[in-house]
Amino acid sequence: MTWEDSHAQDVARVPGEDWEAFARAAKEAGFEICADVTAVDWMRQRPERFEVVANLVSMQHKSRLRMITSVGRGQPSVASLTPIWPGAGFAEREVYDMFGIEFEGHPDLTRILMPDDWEGHPLRKDFGVGSVPVQFKTSHQVS
Amino acid sequence: MVDEKTEIDERGSPPSDPPTETLDIWVAGTEEPEFQPTDEGTQEFGREETEDRLDDQFGRVVQDDYVFDDEVAEDERMVVNMGPQHPSTHGVLRLQLELEGEVIRRTKPIIGYLHTGMEKTAEMLTYSQGSTNVTRMDYLSPLHCELAYSLAVERLLDIEVPARAAAIRVLMTELNRVASHLVALATNGMDIGAVSMMMYGFRERESILAFFEKTTGLRMNHNYIRPGGVAADMAPGWKDDIAAILDDLPGRLRQYDDLLKENPIWLARTKGVGVISSEEAIAYSITGPALRATGVEWDLRKAFPYSGIEQYEFDVPVGENGDVYDRYRIKVDEITESLKIVEQVTETMPKGDYRIGDAKITPPPRARIDESMEALIHHFKLFTEGFKVPAGETYVAVESPRGELGCYLASDGQARPYRMHTRAPSFYNLQALPIAMADSLVADTVATIASIDPVMGDVDR
Repeated sequence: MTWEDSHAQDVARVPGEDWEAFARAAKEAGFEICADVTAVDWMRQRPERFEVVANLVSMQHKSRLRMITSVGRGQPSVASLTPIWPGAGFAEREVYDMFGIEFEGHPDLTRILMPDDWEGHPLRKDFGVGSVPVQFKTSHQVS
Repeated sequence: MVDEKTEIDERGSPPSDPPTETLDIWVAGTEEPEFQPTDEGTQEFGREETEDRLDDQFGRVVQDDYVFDDEVAEDERMVVNMGPQHPSTHGVLRLQLELEGEVIRRTKPIIGYLHTGMEKTAEMLTYSQGSTNVTRMDYLSPLHCELAYSLAVERLLDIEVPARAAAIRVLMTELNRVASHLVALATNGMDIGAVSMMMYGFRERESILAFFEKTTGLRMNHNYIRPGGVAADMAPGWKDDIAAILDDLPGRLRQYDDLLKENPIWLARTKGVGVISSEEAIAYSITGPALRATGVEWDLRKAFPYSGIEQYEFDVPVGENGDVYDRYRIKVDEITESLKIVEQVTETMPKGDYRIGDAKITPPPRARIDESMEALIHHFKLFTEGFKVPAGETYVAVESPRGELGCYLASDGQARPYRMHTRAPSFYNLQALPIAMADSLVADTVATIASIDPVMGDVDR
């Protein structure tokens, strides 16, 4: 585990297997709120494809902490934070929906924003942006 | 050319290309199975209508971790679908309610009907185009979205905006908070049956939107706060407009109090309804007025001040019971506090530039383009390529009318964000609905939804 200072913000880079243990320790250290869980798809820029990012807030210490873990390609999965902060539930569903990262121990890991039968995970970098074809009149002339 | 190559090969020295240096960490054997970008048009809707699928569509299946209570007979339990096109669900929010008679036993919010992939869109836009995108997320407080995004970009660029730009940002976002809370009060009133409140709220909001239109050019979706400052200086005569708003609104707020504060019907519909405890609110990451109504004094403007908001004096109103009434009172009190800030900013508005002078980030003034070659080049480069942001990642949050509105930004050194994620307060606050509505009456549903004040553009993004 390494500590970083990212633009005057505390960042802890946690190995995947320590993710839940670190989160528990952080909660005991006073980080009551899990403000946000999200992910980044680094595709081929990094050896481990995904990064899961959780932003924690401590109301008693008035401080923030960001914990980041790397998740590999193949069947990406990481421990869920919902046993520690139930508020991470929606956010982890969104990450699952958008990146296909599975959270072990999440009570209801289903798609949240996309339709249930959607194929693919839209925020992955290999998911095309897509476009709606627009038909222009061929006979249209500007006089 | 070909002969030369074979000659070299015959001589036994293989053609040695100089090793090209690449950032691509690509190990053989770890390839993705098939590199097939998907396309929106290839998605198939309307598969076979199996029995399970129909059950799901008609809302007969509730998927969550709830343990079914076997003691209640099957015919006493009913699943009712509310929304997504119910007028009081504030946009396209769908709720699956499991009822026992008139009592809600559990609730499942189902969202995504307004999902437009704005986080994906942000990856295709340059940093200067980005505020056009984020302003459409939370359409009732667009300036807060722009502020969070701009602050994140500025933090990665490591720049500080001039004092006047920061003051204008505070002024505009606090006015936006007033406008947003007025809509919240209006819709909350309409949902419970106080229809006059609906008209009053929208009427007063119009005066603020008129001011926004004068300053930014648009009533909503302003694209006003941009990385490096704001888009334009305050319009001439802005102090008079602010003075008119400050004269008008406190009296109007007293009218609302006359209408609602001690109205017995209003009290009966709101007191003790949709209660959230402070422990639940913290556990479920609920922020903003919904958290403060439970008695927790937590406001990002005080805890992590931004844009110099710590210079101004204001209080953080807190509630006690965490019910619909407390959330309504907090919104009224916050309007008063925001007006205090607006008044102080108007009095102490610093002189100076409304955006930073760095020509690499903000476009030059139009007049300079005619006389300066450099200005023309900068202008052209900014609007074709945009500016590059050093690699890094950051998270910046502001206090929006609905709670913590954060922007997580990851850059790989290019002119477009590698990843832009918005921590939408409404999205997280929706998690309060199952708690607030458990074991309450169906009739209180709309009151609870309205008091949480979700904006579906913010939820689905």
